[in-house]
Amino acid sequence: MSNSREWPLFEVFIRARGGLDHKHVGSVHAADARMAMEHARDLYTRRQEGVSIWVVRSSDIIASDPADADAFFEPARDKVYRHPTFYAIPDEVKTL
Amino acid sequence: MSMQIEALEERFQARIDADERIEPKDWMPDSYRRTLIRQMSQHAHSEIVGMLPEGNWITRAPTLKRKAILMAKVQDEGGHGAYLYGATETLGVTREQLIEELLSGAAKYSSIFNYPTPTWADIGAIGWLVDGAAIMNQIPLCRCSYGPYARAMVRICKEESFHQRQGYDIMLQLARGLDAQRRMAQEALDRWWWPALMMFGPPDADSKHSAQSMRWKIKRFSNDELRARFIEFTVPQVRYLGLTVPQGEIDWSEFRDVLAGHGPCNRERIEARRRAHEQGRWVREAATAYAAKQRDRELKEAS
Repeated sequence: MSNSREWPLFEVFIRARGGLDHKHVGSVHAADARMAMEHARDLYTRRQEGVSIWVVRSSDIIASDPADADAFFEPARDKVYRHPTFYAIPDEVKTL
Repeated sequence: MSMQIEALEERFQARIDADERIEPKDWMPDSYRRTLIRQMSQHAHSEIVGMLPEGNWITRAPTLKRKAILMAKVQDEGGHGAYLYGATETLGVTREQLIEELLSGAAKYSSIFNYPTPTWADIGAIGWLVDGAAIMNQIPLCRCSYGPYARAMVRICKEESFHQRQGYDIMLQLARGLDAQRRMAQEALDRWWWPALMMFGPPDADSKHSAQSMRWKIKRFSNDELRARFIEFTVPQVRYLGLTVPQGEIDWSEFRDVLAGHGPCNRERIEARRRAHEQGRWVREAATAYAAKQRDRELKEAS
């Protein structure tokens, strides 16, 4: 990593329309949070792609490790009974 | 150890063959990482340098509407550069390194931007032909194996279509104008036709990176395939304008010369970038100092 005069990195999340989740769209460098917000607006919403923006310091994000994914997500693998299709319901029974 | 690497490489290729996307924290061969850093940063640099030939025309565009449109297009190019730098950084290089490589002349960018834009018709020809060729190259990249690159390309392709259409719109207006305007349009077409065809890279037989990039699904069609498709799409558009398709063959010695730094504007472009970077230095430093001051103030208030 550079030691660096480089501005820190922020991840950008945008809510495209009211009622939708914020979704990750990319990142920006900025000196501080306010500048990150303005850069995110200029970079990711030039065509009205959003009604709300979150910016988060990239270094504050804690991510799962893809190398451990098998073990990490293993507990859910043998629980097919969590899905509605696991249960055979007779055709005669409606609206279930 | 090497056995282990071999197994990892095999699994990596299997994931690619299964059309899975590779993400930043996934294991990848060093050569895949290096290839992507080279290709993506060249792509980012091209967007940034691509602002220059058009930026020259913002103050001279013939109407207020054309000025506003051109400004929006140039802003998009800057944005595309930023998306691509961001995606390249996920591979473990810093923005500073990438910019340093561009400014020092160590990095390459698309040769097309080393040609001059002497008339307003050149701006039309760039949007129509250069952005058109770029779209042809970029659409397959939306399905490239590296996730951040593919996602950046989706965003870019959505925006490029406006660029190509506004270029054709300029050409259309000139082609429907006076004799002198039609002549200007034809001359711009003559200037940009060959360089646009060269944008697809050397002929397949001479393309040294192609086979491996195909295997890694960074590249999905050959240079010659894409070039042929571009010609097929573009020739009817030339005819509609009532202009003439330039006759002849691609001069590959010109391609190599421009690539080697001997094009009409290579020096000028990099100097313009360096100057802009230098002139912006005090702004960056002031913003950094301001951010530090605000942080100190908050700390003091908290204590």
